[in-house]
Amino acid sequence: MMNALVYLRDVVTLSLDQMKCVGCGTCLHVCPHAVLSLTNGKVEVTDRDACMECGACARNCPADALHVRSGVGCATAVINSMLGRKKSSCCCTIEPES
Amino acid sequence: MAQLSLPSLDQPFVVGSIQTLFGLVPQVSSSLVWGDRLGAFKARWGIGRMHYTVEPGLYALGKPDHQSPIFVTANYKMSFDKLREALPGRNAWILVLDTKGINVWCASGKGTFGTKELVGRIKSSGLEEIVSHRELILPQLSGPGVAAHLVKKLSGFKVTYGPILAADLPAFLNHELKATPEMRLKTFTIRERMALIPMEVVGALKVGFIVIPVLFLLALFGRLGGGLTSALHHGLFSVLDLLIAILAGAVLTPLLLPWVPGRAFSLKGFGLGLLGVAMLMIFVWNDWVTWSGRLEILSWVFLIPATSAYLAMNFTGASTYTSLSGVRKEMRWALPLQIGSGIVGMILWLGSNFLT
Repeated sequence: MMNALVYLRDVVTLSLDQMKCVGCGTCLHVCPHAVLSLTNGKVEVTDRDACMECGACARNCPADALHVRSGVGCATAVINSMLGRKKSSCCCTIEPES
Repeated sequence: MAQLSLPSLDQPFVVGSIQTLFGLVPQVSSSLVWGDRLGAFKARWGIGRMHYTVEPGLYALGKPDHQSPIFVTANYKMSFDKLREALPGRNAWILVLDTKGINVWCASGKGTFGTKELVGRIKSSGLEEIVSHRELILPQLSGPGVAAHLVKKLSGFKVTYGPILAADLPAFLNHELKATPEMRLKTFTIRERMALIPMEVVGALKVGFIVIPVLFLLALFGRLGGGLTSALHHGLFSVLDLLIAILAGAVLTPLLLPWVPGRAFSLKGFGLGLLGVAMLMIFVWNDWVTWSGRLEILSWVFLIPATSAYLAMNFTGASTYTSLSGVRKEMRWALPLQIGSGIVGMILWLGSNFLT
């Protein structure tokens, strides 16, 4: 299985602590871009550049092994947050970086 | 114990009702009617899109009983319709979360399709009494908002993530709730991209409706010295140029996305904008004799690619694979360039109209 479209290289904030991984595989079910794989009971990052930082894997990791600075990759939302607009007709908004 | 509440029976897509312990649950059918399709079409064009909702709560598809599966979805009507349409001839419960009329993926990214809302909605729908099992089927793309292990802990219900597309549900159900790798991969096919183009065009034209008449009138007045015909010609030419920029950035970039070179969306839009300029040049190259003509041609060399690059960059929001880190990186160099060449282009264009 391959992703037909891939965005910029080497930008993604995804990190995996393999020591914590319990191998439940839930992250594999929620990842929409087959970024992760499971071998010998541990998860591995196999296609890092395909990650879109949706945060589903980290949210569903019961062992706190996955971390990602999640958000919506939407230029309009970035512009809205730069202009200090909270609401927009666009479905995505971005919380200010802390 | 949360307050029990059931959705209203008085909604156009409700075909009947099912008696439960807590009252009448609205019943829906898996076949969409003309009104459902018209609603979806309008939403694609941005008409009433933010109010295209169903009431949150529990619905019955067919004649479900205490053993029937439970599917969870968002209260964006198109999400709800896609789900029931995919399940002809099946009896099931549909639990609709209050996502403020936003689709599953966007709502889960915001957290409105989230653990808290799901757990609360299970309680307020009386699901524990209505069904004897403890299993929920969620769309895969609700993962960013829902923590399956927490839902289990807080409600006792086990979350199973179904496929991305509702259309794959029958296959998923027939294979003991197993999704194939293909079902778990978010695609961005030409059909999916084409469905998004209307919203991109509508968004661009909202600004265009203000900018285009202003440019037209400026060109008209600036050029009146050269006669009405010439003024009209230049005014209409400006309108045409902006439409070409919108075509390149909001239509052709989404359509040709995988085949246009460059990873950054701005680069793709810029390339297609340049192509548009090159085609225009064939028709206006004769004007490269006067200073005014040269300035005008040059102004569009700056304005068209800047506009199309900006519009293409904004398509990252509708795309299914761009990361926030990537978009921020792209914008750091692309946005200043777009603004810069937009300003240069405007100065040249005004010069071409008024410095004759």
